[in-house]
This record gives sequence, structure tokens and C-alpha cells, in this order.
Amino acid sequence: MSKVIVVTSGKGGVGKTTTTAALGAALAQAGESVVVVDFDVGLRNLDLVMGAERRVVFDLINVIQGVAKLPQALIRDKRLDTLWLLPASQTRDKDALTEDGVQKVIAELREKFDWVICDSPAGIERGAMLAMRHADAAVIVTNPEVSSVRDSDRIIGMLDSKTEKAEKGERIEKHLLITRYDAARASRGEMLSIEDVLDILSTPLLGIIPESEEVLKASNIGTPVTLSDRSSAPAQAYIEAARRLQGEDVEMTIPLVRKGLLDKLFGRRAA
Amino acid sequence: MRLIGRSYMAFALTPEAPVADWLADLDVRLARAPEFFADRAVVLDLTSVRLSRAGIEHLVAGLLERKVRVMGLEGVDPSKLGPSLPPLLHGGRAAAAAEIVKKTGPAEKPAPSSPRPTSLLLNEPVRSGQSIVFPEGDISVLGSVASGAEIVAGGSIHIYGTLRGRAMAGSLGNNPDARIFCQKIEAELLAIGGYYRTADEIDDTLRGGAMQAWLDGTELKITALQ
Repeated sequence: MSKVIVVTSGKGGVGKTTTTAALGAALAQAGESVVVVDFDVGLRNLDLVMGAERRVVFDLINVIQGVAKLPQALIRDKRLDTLWLLPASQTRDKDALTEDGVQKVIAELREKFDWVICDSPAGIERGAMLAMRHADAAVIVTNPEVSSVRDSDRIIGMLDSKTEKAEKGERIEKHLLITRYDAARASRGEMLSIEDVLDILSTPLLGIIPESEEVLKASNIGTPVTLSDRSSAPAQAYIEAARRLQGEDVEMTIPLVRKGLLDKLFGRRAA
Repeated sequence: MRLIGRSYMAFALTPEAPVADWLADLDVRLARAPEFFADRAVVLDLTSVRLSRAGIEHLVAGLLERKVRVMGLEGVDPSKLGPSLPPLLHGGRAAAAAEIVKKTGPAEKPAPSSPRPTSLLLNEPVRSGQSIVFPEGDISVLGSVASGAEIVAGGSIHIYGTLRGRAMAGSLGNNPDARIFCQKIEAELLAIGGYYRTADEIDDTLRGGAMQAWLDGTELKITALQ
């Protein structure tokens, strides 16, 4: 049974593309066949994060318009045999996505892969609607800040009303992924706490990804963070999140404040 | 051309077998109130009698003689219908029963309208960007109301989670007794009958606690619920 997942958010810049690549790679490493699809037409980022930007010949729009066949547009990952990418077009705009076209491509991908992970554009526009429309499950990516959380709430409302599943009266499976979480800043009250976010969004938690330089480093060298350094904290958090997506019961790791020497000194002074 | 839906209150007449006796019984009642059916919509519910097409036609004609005009049929096999008969209706909902009584004068009470639900229960949290409007009565929310969401009720509003968005009770303006209750107040705006308070005007000591809001003349008052 293949599963279509949309990675979405209300606000831009919260880490959807990083998440799509990291979850896709983690699932592929676990032996599943995975395709990551870039729905952010007009912009194009997933190919960069996957390190495949120089191998793009055809893209999603070409497939939708019938210029290319799906197998021609799919790019196989160099590191993982079971990981594939369907890139977006940067030269077309979002209107090039048609409802019928998207439906056809998703149906075709469903037949070929265990997991279809769609990187949605941010917000509530057409492109985002089309990306979420045929999904079985959604990963809502949010940062622990009020604007991101409020916009995520809006997106959750859309997922519950505008998707194919919702229109059939079914529930779309929803998972919340909190990214860029900084335990130290949260403890100082400069960031929303995990409890606050969960209280506001009342959606099951898939994982908490700690703020880390590792994520930026990985995306700049074009490697999903779960491939570049499996032992790093964010990679571990993504790998656990992928296992939860597969239905495993994995205990939640909450990033803790790492006490450095300076913190200890300050701590003593404050006490 | 405009197609606009409109709903009317219809009386359902349910003939019982034998039809002749039932018609005689109807005559007795009509003798007391001859004009009762004069300007009313009547639906014939044929579930409890088995009539042939001729029988149905005969019954409808018999009712017409008694000035009862049948606008639709219910509970009958469509094959028994023809162009001479009223159309088959579906989806009727039960309303309060009416007794055939004589008109007492020009100031007769309007026919009882079908009982509409007077409260709306929401099981799910109300998400940012959603607007729930229920002018007929109260709204109860089991979850929270997100910042950027709004609840508009003709009656009172009951929120068993956190109210972060806007709540407007007594929205039709003729219900000064409407109130707003919530378990935890973080509201952006509270309004009753058009009188409102924004977040800034809500006492900080109330924040985060259970509260109720009501209207005292033209002033919206908020107190903590113990």
C-alpha cells in the first residue's frame, strides 16, 4: 500500500524542503521505495537540497503537460537506490499545475513507489491546495513562534476541509513536526514551548527537530541531513520521525538545554 | 433567471383504510373549520394505505372537492404516478402537529414552523481562518477556538477549551441575555449584541482563567468563573 504525504506549512521558511528531503532519505534508508516531489513550482529548491540540480532535464510541469513521460522526469538519487526525485520547474508559474494533471501524476507515482512525499509551497494558494488535495497524510511543519503556529492552524483547517479525503467525509491523517527548536531559548521564554504549540494546534506530534548548524551545512552541500551525518541530533530526530510515520511507536526525544561552561557560570551567578 | 430555494410548512395528511371512512371523518372536522386548508400546503402521506393509481386519483379529486389542494405525494411507488397527479416528495422532516380548529379571528397565530435546532455543537477545535455563524441559537465548542477564528451566535457561546479568537454572542441584536462562557480566556475580541471589548480592554487578571461575559445595559462585563 503506497502512501502519499504532503509536507506543508502556513508560513514560508520553516523547513519544508529540508524536511521533505530528510524524511524521504530516512525512509529510503529503511529500505522503502520513495519519491520526493517538488510542488513549489516557480521556485525550485528540493533538487538543490537533494544535490540533483545538475541532473534535471524534465520536470513536474513537463509531465503534467504531456511533454515528457513520468519515467523521463524521475531522477534517481546517487547515494540511495530506492530514493527518487521529481523536480519542479522554475520557468513556469503555479498556474501551470492543473487539477487533472496533478491527479494523474499522483496516481501514477502511487503505483511505482511505497511513499510519495510532496514538498508543498507555503500558504493557502492554489499550488498548496493542489499539493495537499490527493494526500493520505500531512506533515505540518511549524517553528515555535506565534506567526508560524497561527498559520499552521489555518492550514490544518484547510486540510480538514479542502482535501479529497475531507470531501469524502474521511479524516486526513495529520502530523505536527516542530523544527528549529532551541531548548535554551524556549527555557528563557524567547520561544513558544512544545506544550504551548501542542495546546494551540491540538495535533499529534511527529517529532521535534533541534535548531542546528548541521541542517544548514547539509542543505548547502546538497545532501539530506539524514544522509550527511546520521549521528547528528537533527538527523536522529528526523530518522525517529520517519519511523513514527511508518507506524512505529518511538519515544519522543525532547531536545534539552546543553549546559556549557558559560551557562554553568551564569547559572551559579543567578543562584 | 434566478433559482432560489424556499421552504414552506406543509401539512401531511395520512389517510387510513378504508379511505371512504377517513374522508367522512375529515368532513366532520372540516364542518367545524371549513377554511382550515384554504391557503395551506398539503402533502398526502400514503404510507399507511395501499392504493392503485385510480384510487390515488380518486382520493386527490375527493380532497380537491373539499377545497384541500394536494401539492405533493409521499410514501408511494413512483410507478403509480402520472402527469395528472402531484409530484412525489422526499426528505420531509416532522414538525409540530396541528389540530384542526376554527379560526378565532384575524389575529390567528402563524402556523408553527418546523422546530429548528437551537444549538450547534462543535466537536473539533475551530481553526484559524474559520468563521462559524449560527444565528438560530447557542454554539458550544468542545475544543479551542484559535486565534484568527470567529464564532458568531444568535444566542450564547460556550467554549470548553481556550478562546483565543473572537466570540460574538447575541449577534441578531435582540438577545441581551446572551452570554459567553469559556474555560480559558485569551480572546482577541468578545461581543454581545454589538457591544464589544478587544483584548486590550480585557483585564489582565482574568487572562488564562475561566470566565463569563454578559451585557449590563450597554456595557459588556466580564467576570471570572469559580
